[in-house]
Amino acid sequence: MRVTFTANGKPVEADDVWEGESLLYVLRERVGLPGSKNACEQGECGSCTVYLDGVPVCSCLVAAGQVQDREVRTVEGLTDENGELGLVQQAFIDAGAVQCGFCTPGLLVQTDALLESDAQPSDNDIREALSGNLCRCTGYEKIMDAVRLASARKCAGKAESE
Amino acid sequence: MEFLRPATWDEALAAKAEYPTALPISGGTDVMVEMNFDVHRPSAILDLNRITELTEWTNDGSVVRLGASVPYARIIDELSGPLPGLALAAHTVGSPQIRNRGGVGGNLGGASPAGDAHPALLAAGRDVFVEAASVRGTRMIPIDEFYVGVKRNSLAADELIRAVHIPVADGPQQFSKIGTRNAMVIAVCAFGFALHPKNGTVGTGIGSAAPTPRRAVEAEEYLQGVLAERGLWESGDLLGAEVIQKFGELVKAAASPIDDVRGTADYRRHSLAVMARRTLTWCWNDYSKQIRSAA
Repeated sequence: MRVTFTANGKPVEADDVWEGESLLYVLRERVGLPGSKNACEQGECGSCTVYLDGVPVCSCLVAAGQVQDREVRTVEGLTDENGELGLVQQAFIDAGAVQCGFCTPGLLVQTDALLESDAQPSDNDIREALSGNLCRCTGYEKIMDAVRLASARKCAGKAESE
Repeated sequence: MEFLRPATWDEALAAKAEYPTALPISGGTDVMVEMNFDVHRPSAILDLNRITELTEWTNDGSVVRLGASVPYARIIDELSGPLPGLALAAHTVGSPQIRNRGGVGGNLGGASPAGDAHPALLAAGRDVFVEAASVRGTRMIPIDEFYVGVKRNSLAADELIRAVHIPVADGPQQFSKIGTRNAMVIAVCAFGFALHPKNGTVGTGIGSAAPTPRRAVEAEEYLQGVLAERGLWESGDLLGAEVIQKFGELVKAAASPIDDVRGTADYRRHSLAVMARRTLTWCWNDYSKQIRSAA
């Protein structure tokens, strides 16, 4: 079947999609957006997290046919309008929160969503928000640092623009 | 395989009648796991995402009609007042990403004994109904008659779950679940408990410790008897250790768990007794406070 949807603001079209195929597979293998990672295929690890109509979801658990005419935003869509790294992406680099990098795309999307709803989350809020994203390298401390850094920069940016 | 995308509820019912073996999908948090691992390859997938009414709920003051696809995240945000037990259970489902997609309809459709919503639904009272519909009409299935076996429910092949009808809480409700961490856990076992002071009853629900979710009927009857005989609904006085202990033992006796990868039958029985005592104590403490503050 053919599936058409919007990915990072641009219309995309995938042909010969198998009816049982996941959105993750379509993103990675059919429309050239391999940022979202395929690790567990059962929603356990969060590496494939993307926005679907503005809500973060595991793209491995969305059937491709379900995104027809809907909006998907992936880690590739977190860059700013000039294609520069977004605030959350830069914070992860600056805090050393990226090791092997496999979990990073999911963590970036989920962190972006967290800071959109609450720019100043407590440590408990951060842990709760990222509880569905597994990282086997960092031990999470640097990831916590990165989210705190992104939060601080976001709040500082808001204060400046006001 | 076919991919069916009905735009309206009537179209969905017509599709299910035409393709009775079609697998309904909404949040996909169960269905897609099976698809990804090729556990199950249905003849057709019936996508319900376009039917927006399934993501709506209404509350007439006494009953919440919860659309089958209202995601757990919204149950937590919007319904923790009228449905406190279900909201607590919802909070233990998967992770934020899973709670953004999954809903009670999927839990009921899958009918896994480990589904987190089941103990809360059972505890919420005898008047919980699954609204099932087909081209033949609508049925209200009492929750006690809904679960019929391991991952089997009483839906007919042409029926779809439209909503669940749950009485608005009139007393404290609790939910407790055992697992290895706070997120992404399939329950080793779980327990839901509710006090219903208006009609002098209590509700229980056992998860992951029998072929189906089930009530601890004798435990409910014992506790109702004690509460009535001793006038505790009116006084809000302490229950006493003996009553709490006995209630825990009766809940434990109501389970028929197995040994599996998540835990042993013995551990499940033991932890059910502990969860039953704790949830009863939490609820009763809250209830006592309400009585005292009203006095």
